[in-house]
Amino acid sequence: MKLAYWMYAGPAHIGTLRIASSFKNVHAIMHAPLGDDYFNVMRSMLERERDFTPVTASIVDRHVLARGSQEKVVDNITRKDAEENPDLIVLTPTCTSSILQEDLQNFVDRAQLEAKGDVLLADVNHYRANELQAADRTLHQIVQYYIEKARKQGNLPEGKTEKPSVNIIGISTLGFHNQHDCTELKRLMGDLGIEVNEVIPEGASVKNLKNLPRAWFNLVPYREIGLLAGRYLEAEFGMPCVDITPMGVVETARCIRKIQQVINAQGADVDYEEFINEQTLYVSQAAWFSRSIDCQNLTGKKAVVFGDNTHAAAMTKILAREMGIHVVWAGTYCKYDADWFREQVSEYCDEVIVSEDNGAIGDAIARVEPAAIFGTQMEHHVGKRLDIPCGVIAAPIHIQNFPLGYKPFMGYEGTNQIADLVYNSFTLGMEDHLLEIFGGHDTKEVIHKGISADSDLSWNKEAQAELNKVPGFVRGKVKRNTEKFARDRGFSEITLEVMYAAKEAVGA
Amino acid sequence: AMAELEEGDISAQLNDYEELKRLCLQIKRDRNPSVIVFIGTCTTEIIKMDLEGLAPKLEAEIGIPIVTARANGLDYAFTQGEDTVLAAMAHKCPDKAPVMEAEKEERNAISKLLNFGRKKEDVAAEQSEYVDHTPLVLFGSLPDPVVTNLTLELKKQGIKVSGWLPSKRYTELPVLEEGYYVSGVNPFLSRTATTLMRRRKCKLIGAPFPIGPDGTRAWIEKICSVFGIEPKGLEEREAQIWENLEDYIKLIRGKSVFFMGDNLLEISLARFLIRCGMTCPEIGIPYMDKRYQAAELALLEKTCKQMGVPTPRIVEKPDNYNQIQRINDLKPDLVITGMAHANPLEARGINTKWSVEFTFAQIHGFTNARDILELATRPLRRNNNLKELGWEKLVKEEAKI
Repeated sequence: MKLAYWMYAGPAHIGTLRIASSFKNVHAIMHAPLGDDYFNVMRSMLERERDFTPVTASIVDRHVLARGSQEKVVDNITRKDAEENPDLIVLTPTCTSSILQEDLQNFVDRAQLEAKGDVLLADVNHYRANELQAADRTLHQIVQYYIEKARKQGNLPEGKTEKPSVNIIGISTLGFHNQHDCTELKRLMGDLGIEVNEVIPEGASVKNLKNLPRAWFNLVPYREIGLLAGRYLEAEFGMPCVDITPMGVVETARCIRKIQQVINAQGADVDYEEFINEQTLYVSQAAWFSRSIDCQNLTGKKAVVFGDNTHAAAMTKILAREMGIHVVWAGTYCKYDADWFREQVSEYCDEVIVSEDNGAIGDAIARVEPAAIFGTQMEHHVGKRLDIPCGVIAAPIHIQNFPLGYKPFMGYEGTNQIADLVYNSFTLGMEDHLLEIFGGHDTKEVIHKGISADSDLSWNKEAQAELNKVPGFVRGKVKRNTEKFARDRGFSEITLEVMYAAKEAVGA
Repeated sequence: AMAELEEGDISAQLNDYEELKRLCLQIKRDRNPSVIVFIGTCTTEIIKMDLEGLAPKLEAEIGIPIVTARANGLDYAFTQGEDTVLAAMAHKCPDKAPVMEAEKEERNAISKLLNFGRKKEDVAAEQSEYVDHTPLVLFGSLPDPVVTNLTLELKKQGIKVSGWLPSKRYTELPVLEEGYYVSGVNPFLSRTATTLMRRRKCKLIGAPFPIGPDGTRAWIEKICSVFGIEPKGLEEREAQIWENLEDYIKLIRGKSVFFMGDNLLEISLARFLIRCGMTCPEIGIPYMDKRYQAAELALLEKTCKQMGVPTPRIVEKPDNYNQIQRINDLKPDLVITGMAHANPLEARGINTKWSVEFTFAQIHGFTNARDILELATRPLRRNNNLKELGWEKLVKEEAKI
């Protein structure tokens, strides 16, 4: 057992559900107790989804415990198949079903006999994989299933597309700024004259998966999700897999140069140097920003970085290499892939921290007292407690991190967004210091607000205590309304009774 | 916090007792709580971890009381979790032991000190404000202001609330003696009620719940009737509240409301909204204890008759998929539902109110009736504001479900 207050990565089934619900017309059925379907709440709320999340639960209750699921899972699969005609149903195990050790594969096989769509059992073990690993595996599993199916049916398309083309692999629902990154990457590919063959899993149809091998190469922008599928396609079809995250000016250029190399090797004749130069100097403002006076003021300022592998590594490099900021430590919660992270960032920071323990991260922040933090929502909270500004760069995230406006982290527009994020975090911190030195915005003490200034009313002890329990942002209003009520009726002392009577009278 | 089980725990390579002890000691060191509550989960149920058996041993060893509540998804839904915790706490309430007496004396001594300077008559007068009755303990977890409010409401009738389960601190749990009266303030506390009756030998006052002015009045009246008190001024008070609600009621009168069901407050809320002039085709509810909710159900029936509307269909453990089909057919003016369905329904032009808000908003007593309507009318008011814009359905093709 381990004691945990906060967790950075969710349980395995969340990863599987993220992949399944990213595809079009794929339904997931969880083998889970009542209440485990809170995934639907997360998706509906964070993504502000207009459609019902295609996830249902085959409920595990006392009866299942006593007698096994029997026909229940099979019935639920065939029912969903009839109701919604999905192309694919993914049976998703949870922590509960992992220990029940029912033969879920058998249910899937039986349901497949009746179902018109395909049925798959997600091959993830709750106790060995977290959300991200499970997502990676499920995507791989689905890709492999449809490639093999097409191969068996003999309708795997032959050959490559006429023009250079790419599959973008790993864009998924509930991913940090994934939608915006996807748009930016498509635009970048367009600028490079590369056709986008398929984007998976977000918005893709499983029927099109057999077309994946037609692309010239695969781009896997996120380290966490898509690499297994990319490697699989590389092994099966010799498709090169570009896994350089185009985040930050230098890394974006590196990614583009790699793309140039892999498509030229297949007979294209492109030279992107001119494009990189043009974009870096004039489209992205980030290169200019790092030369400007603003950025000069950031030189040597201390920062810490924490997040998933992709974002924490990219941010560390941007801060250290492109802005001259002193990254005291950089960390990741992707313990299972820690070696990669160390290799990526060790030359750009003093120390590397690998931990899933929010308490330890909080302590590490308190220890170094950075001028700014770049982390997840959890580090954001640590920052609030310690009065240190924090820019959020990775999941776990909440609804504010699903902006409606266009905010990619990748590509050239992404570099602008990141520069804003970094700069705004630091200036806020500086302003704070100035305020401290000069003693705040308004040094005159406010004695009274509004009508309470000429108040001749006294609040008795209970009422005063009750008033103090009212949340701060409405307390003033409650106080004013109550006093107005008391004055209108000629009470001189405010008691609990008067307070409630006032609330009933005016609906305060 | 969560004691996250690892693979070694599941396969019993690790010893449950040792593991829990290690974590409890860590909690004791970091937080020094007055009680630790073990929440049993689905997993502990399946691997049959004997939390109830481990707790007393651990309790003795580390010196912190441990309450065990099995609030898992195999057996319970949402607010029933509170029920299992309170039921477990009910076992831990002191019966009037001599130790308590001494402490009471001491407290009195302190309050005497605090009363210093106040005239003796005042203190005596405070006592005489109450009718002499068998002690009454209320159960159900409510925000502080609501506790104060309901306590005051009963005080007006001369009824003294001797304690409240739960209390603000674990160390202040109320005394429960055989023969005490108890009354629930929430509809999902049937296990707690059962425990109080069977194990603590208390007498349950089965009343409608104090939600909405009608419910609050019925609740107070029932308690008064048990104590043989003639309720004073309740009718006028209820009428007064209704009058103050008129601006909100105008918005919902004649409209229909559909409860998908997820927190067990549904019956009481539906009863209140029907009294406000709404119709209600369906009340979904995860679990229906007809005995514990008997008085509330009776009031619902009576309200429907008085308002001349059909009695709602009560659907226990509803199937959400089928419910959405029914919602599509019925086109209710308001659907009270969980967050998983709220946005998709709104996108299809159906007004929704997120049900969880009713669990955390202050909805009990006369004073808070307005808050219930504030919540229930919010989608309607919002849509009145946006009416002229002309985009109501925001999904492209008519979705299949």
